[in-house]
Parts: sequence; C-alpha cells; structure tokens
Amino acid sequence: MKIEANNIRVRYGSEQVLNGITMSIKKNTVTAFIGPSGCGKSTFLRCFNRMNDLIETCKVEGELLIDDSDIYHPKVNINELRKSVGMVFQKPNPFPKSIFENVAYGLRINGVTNKKYIEEKVEWAIKQAALWEEVKDKLKKSAFALSGGQQQRLCIARALAVEPSILLMDEPASALDPISTTKIEELIYNLKSSYTIIIVTHNMQQATRTSDKTAFFYMGDLIEYDDTRTLFTNPKKQKTQNYITGRFG
Amino acid sequence: MTGQKQPKKTFESKGRTVYYQWQDKIFKYFALAATSIGLIVLVLLMYSILSNGLDRLDWNFITSLPSKRASKAGIYTAWAGTLWIMFLTTIIAFPIGVSAGIYLEEYSSRNRLANLIEINIANLAGVPSIIYGLLGLEVFARFLNLGASVLTGSLTLALLILPIIIVSTREAIKTVPYTLREASFALGASKWQTIWNQVLPASVPGIITGVILAISRAIGETAPLIVIGALTYVPFAPTSPMDEFTVMPIQIFNWVSRPQKAFADNAAAAIIVLLSITFIMNAIAVYLRHRSQKKVKW
Repeated sequence: MKIEANNIRVRYGSEQVLNGITMSIKKNTVTAFIGPSGCGKSTFLRCFNRMNDLIETCKVEGELLIDDSDIYHPKVNINELRKSVGMVFQKPNPFPKSIFENVAYGLRINGVTNKKYIEEKVEWAIKQAALWEEVKDKLKKSAFALSGGQQQRLCIARALAVEPSILLMDEPASALDPISTTKIEELIYNLKSSYTIIIVTHNMQQATRTSDKTAFFYMGDLIEYDDTRTLFTNPKKQKTQNYITGRFG
Repeated sequence: MTGQKQPKKTFESKGRTVYYQWQDKIFKYFALAATSIGLIVLVLLMYSILSNGLDRLDWNFITSLPSKRASKAGIYTAWAGTLWIMFLTTIIAFPIGVSAGIYLEEYSSRNRLANLIEINIANLAGVPSIIYGLLGLEVFARFLNLGASVLTGSLTLALLILPIIIVSTREAIKTVPYTLREASFALGASKWQTIWNQVLPASVPGIITGVILAISRAIGETAPLIVIGALTYVPFAPTSPMDEFTVMPIQIFNWVSRPQKAFADNAAAAIIVLLSITFIMNAIAVYLRHRSQKKVKW
C-alpha cells in the first residue's frame, strides 16, 4: 500500500492555500508534516480523508491516490473512504457518551449489531490505544470523566475500532501535558507496524522522535521532504534550515 | 487593636475605588428590586385568584358541563377542548418545526435565500396571533372546509408556534460543538447518522424546552381561536378532531365578561385549573430535560 499525491491544489474561495503538492508515502511508516501556522499542512492532511469537503468554499484539485485509486474520483464513497482513513484531532473530542459507546460508535454506524463482536472489538481497540488497564473497570462511565491524555487515547481507540489502514493525526498532543504526550508518542511508535500514520505537529522534537519521514511546508508549498534524520541534521533548503533552527515560525 | 501594623498607604481606600464599590452595591439592590417586582406581582395575582376561586373549585366544577347558572356551571368541555388542542397542536407542530430547524441549521447552504428565510421566520414569531386566526379562518375553516373544528384550531395554533419551535431548535443545534460533528464524520458516518446520533441527542434538552414553552403559549391563546369560530358554549366535549370545541381561555373570557360575581368566581377557579395545566407542562419539560441531559454524558 502506498499513498501518492500529484499536484494537489486547495483553494478556500479565491484564496489559494496549497500550490500543488506532490509526494508519496510508504506503507507502515510515520510521516510528519511540519511548518509554521497557516502553511497548509493541516489542510493537506484533511485532503486524505476528504474532511475538506465539509467546508463549502473549499476546492481540491489534483490527484490523490491510495493504492493507485484516486480518492477524489466521483465514484468514491466518502463514508467508505473515511472508514479506511481514520483521524485524530488536535483537541480530544470524545462523544458525550460512555467510554464503551465512544469506541463502539464507528461499528454501530457501520450496521454492526452483534453484541459479542462489538465488545471484543471495543476491547481490542482500547488495548491497541494502550488505555485498557486504565478504563476496563469504568467502561460505562462518561468519556468526559477521563483526563485529557486519556481522552485523546480514547479518540485513537475510537478511530482504530473501524480498522482503518491509514491514521491521520492533526497535532494530537498539542493540548496535552508532557507525560500524556510521551504516551501518545509511544503509541504512535507501536502502531506503526499495523498502520500508515501521518502526523501534523508544531513540535519538532516530536517529529524527530516519532517519524520516519518529515515534510516541511511553507506558504502552501512543500519545501523539503526527506528522511527525518536527514531533514533535521542536513537540510538541503535554506528555508528548512531557518525553520528547524528556530529562526522563524 | 494594638500590635496591628498600619496598612500601607497604597492599600487604603481612595475616592475612585470607594465609588466603584458603591456602584456595585447600588446595582445589586436595583437588580434585587427588579426581581422582587416580578415575584410580588405574581404572588398578589395568585393570592387574588386563589382567594376568589378556591372555594368554587371542586370535582363537580371540573366534571360539569357549562350552564347558565353559575353555581352549576363547570369546565369539563373547556379543559377537554384544551387538551385536544394541545395534543393535536403538538403532534402537528413538533415534527414540522424540528425538521425545519434541522434543515436550516444542518443542510441549507448559507446564501441570500437562507438569510431571507431566517429573517422572515424571526418576523413570523412576532406577528400578532389574531392575524394567524384570520389565516386559519380563511385557509383551514373555509377553503379546506374544516369548519370551526378542533383540527382547524390546532392547525392554526401550530402555525402560530412553528416559528418559536424552529428558532429554539436552531439555537439548540447551534450549541453542539463542531468538533463533535467532525469526529462523527471522520469515522465514516453519514450526515443523517451524525445528526441522529450526535447532534440531536446533544440538543434535545434545548429543543424540548423550546417546544414546551411554545405549547404553553398555545394553551393561553384566545384571539385566534375566537376568530376561527371556536364557541363559547359547547354542550359536549369533543370526541374527534372534526368536532366543535371551546378552550379554557375562551371560557374564562366568557365568564369574566359577565356582571355576576358568581361567574367571576367561576373564572378564578378556571384560571387555577389553567395555571395548573401550565405548571404541570413546565414540570414535564424540566423532567424531560433532566432525563435527556443525563443520557448525554458531558
């Protein structure tokens, strides 16, 4: 499996926010998108599960291939696409339901009614998200009773329950404390063997700690895309150099 | 006290701070007075109604048909009519109003037409109720030939409270955070699944409150029902939506307008019953809101 973006351009109304991005992402890797605020990295991330479609004025052009099939093809069912491309958001956004129901939601909306199957799947997903030990005795409690870090892992479990092959993470740890952040990063590392992960982050240490490859965006352009180690130790472009050394951004 | 140190000069009262503290106190008492006025008026009103009507209120009064003799007259037909109207108005206005609210908030695109509709719905909420009565008379009673029936009354009142339900539904839906919708969509939920499983449960308390307030308003309406031809004297309680009817406010209005003191007491007793119905409705609203809030585990 691989992902290929060919000349992706995104406009909000008349404002161009991505000027033609071309890149390819390999299976079971973690790719980090970095860059200053407003550089288009989140917008690009939201192209992969077509969340941008929710914004009326947003227009996406170009070709985005997952396993050689264009996800912007008219025949693509957007709901099916989003089932195989999961997403975790910047702020933990659990549903106002119980911990169990949060994770079961993705299955239920898929028409799964087998109770036993749902129970097994929920347990599996919460274990995958390294949260099981902390919540196994209070699955019926509200998700809002959990701490921010636990909520974010619950959101990861919720996304995993529908068995996506790709996981998009939009600054998943930016609202969390350092300990919770470490847990999320460990989790990303462990999930890599089963999922292809794309993570947007403001935190360059996080990018170096978690990712195999890093893409640096600036003003709607992909400036540099390379192995994480190479990009941070030996960047080829001056702009990348300036950004990672903290001269702007 | 000895031994206590003098406060620093900077901590002592100065003219301006004293003035601001006074300002705070004055506003507090002004607000208290404003609250009291409303409460005192309500208490006085309740006292006057209870002292006039309580003696008259008994089981017979509730179960008797209207009569020319004040001591024999009851409100059976009136409250039966009111319950019929309430019931039909609710089942007509609730689904239409809530659906319209959902459509406007979730589906319609933000363009000039949507704005126009939005402004006009807000305007409709402010149209005098008698205008709705005229509309009901012309459209339902005459054009659709429904006559002065319970159905005509309910349709008319449903139109009257639709804007209130639509507006309160929209307000309730607006309070549901966008991140909740995003989370649902990101899992592959369709728009309807998102609305049904996330948006509606989270906004049900607000919607119910709006609907019950709207119905409470409908119960008290007199003018539009008089216009469509609701009677002041009905010998039988309605048994179908096509029957003629009267409602409590009309009965009260009728009794109040008579010169005899005995009828005025009847009116007071009927007001107690009407108020009770309203209070019960509000109690149900509070209960339902509480229950649905519990289901949504914020």
